Amino acid sequence: MTDLNLTQAPDDCATGSSCGSRREFLGTAVASVAMALTGCGKLTKEEFLQNHFKQLSKTEIETIISRLESEYKAKYHKDVKVGVEPALPGVIFGYALDLSRCIGCRRCVHACVKENNQSREPEVQWIRVLEMEKEEGVNLQHSEQYYNPEEVPREGHFYMPVQCQQCKKPPCVKVCPVGATWKEKDGIVVVDYNWCIGCRYCMAACPYGARHFNWGEPHLKDADVNPATHYLGNRPRPKGVVEKCTFCIQRTRKGLYPACVEICPTGSRKFGNLLDPKSEIRQVLETKRVFKFKEELNTQPNFFYFYGV
Amino acid sequence: MTMRLFRFAGLMLLLALPAFANPPGKKAEASAQEGLQVPGPPFSEGVFPCSSCHDGKSLPVDTKRRELAMHSEIVLQHGPESRWCLDCHDAQKRDRLHLASGAPVDFTSSYQLCGQCHGDKFRDWRVGIHGKRTGSWNGAKQYLLCVHCHDPHAPRFKHLKPMPAPARPEAIQVWKGGAR
Repeated sequence: MTDLNLTQAPDDCATGSSCGSRREFLGTAVASVAMALTGCGKLTKEEFLQNHFKQLSKTEIETIISRLESEYKAKYHKDVKVGVEPALPGVIFGYALDLSRCIGCRRCVHACVKENNQSREPEVQWIRVLEMEKEEGVNLQHSEQYYNPEEVPREGHFYMPVQCQQCKKPPCVKVCPVGATWKEKDGIVVVDYNWCIGCRYCMAACPYGARHFNWGEPHLKDADVNPATHYLGNRPRPKGVVEKCTFCIQRTRKGLYPACVEICPTGSRKFGNLLDPKSEIRQVLETKRVFKFKEELNTQPNFFYFYGV
Repeated sequence: MTMRLFRFAGLMLLLALPAFANPPGKKAEASAQEGLQVPGPPFSEGVFPCSSCHDGKSLPVDTKRRELAMHSEIVLQHGPESRWCLDCHDAQKRDRLHLASGAPVDFTSSYQLCGQCHGDKFRDWRVGIHGKRTGSWNGAKQYLLCVHCHDPHAPRFKHLKPMPAPARPEAIQVWKGGAR
């Protein structure tokens, strides 16, 4: 394979463009090796040589953003804005979900797909709603995610939506061999899709099933693209990377509520700043019966479940 | 008979005067002072102001509990044995509600009326635990009145049709042509 690339490189050179320097030659060679290795012909040299997001300078980030925006423009025929808003100072996001109110209507699941530019075919969903039996309580062995009755809630059942718990000790971050996923200062665990190698260790490590893999090229129609995106959030993903809930980073870092909070018809979803004593989330934590899902694993989620009644 | 009607209308006018002197905006300000940005109540089309029919002239006030000829679309499922229209709707100030004490309440502050019995929910709602808030988690929030989600005449939350279930892994493989 290496031979093939070695023989190819001079050919490229002969046709003309990037033979100016040793550095550029190496760049082309590396990119073609990358193409052969990843089986992905679309990976550009710039993309392949892009540094880790946290090590990029301001100008490098600007270049990358404008490159991404022009790529998305060409692909989806509309202006997609890729934001890089940093974490707000003095903010750690927290989320609470009222198990006594959720009726399992899955409005959140589909609002999330719409907001976050997930693949539609097959549809990637970041929220999974589990139907559980009241007699059993929170018991995963008596839960069903494919429930589809005429009307919800069903008699004798309650519903538990599960999504990324934005752990304070995220096992997914621990296992990532390349550091493509990390925890931001505001508590959001993010993925750099340009750094992810698609090994799916994080999916195996996550006890909540919150990470999802793009097995195929994500199918997203032009009309379905939400153009307000964030680099670490809902920008359209390539094939072969892992993605997850980011508390709608593109919305929450601008002060908006996540899409799932806004759509919930029962008001079961509460979101806010854990460091602000007046926030709804703090009111919940201080006055309600709260639990963390799989607390015994010591993942220390910033996502809480509570009983409002 | 006509004299009586006129006298009655005069009485209604007198009763209505303080309501006009005390413009409805004032109560809304009160809720704004509390930091509650509540939207307008969700009236069915054409029912408000109530006084456009209940003007005290064409329809004399009858405070006797009875089956109504009008408003047949309303089926009271909110403690119907012990409750009827005028326990919440005001017989005199037709465009307002009243508390158990008799104190009038605007439709825009109807949460005060609900809060008389449902105090625990009211407390939770004020701090954002009960009910839904939209807008900005660190700024201006849009609240909803109790009646936006709960029909005051039949407050139990309605069942909904769930949106589609996720695809099963088998289905995804079929879509991919079974190749993996």
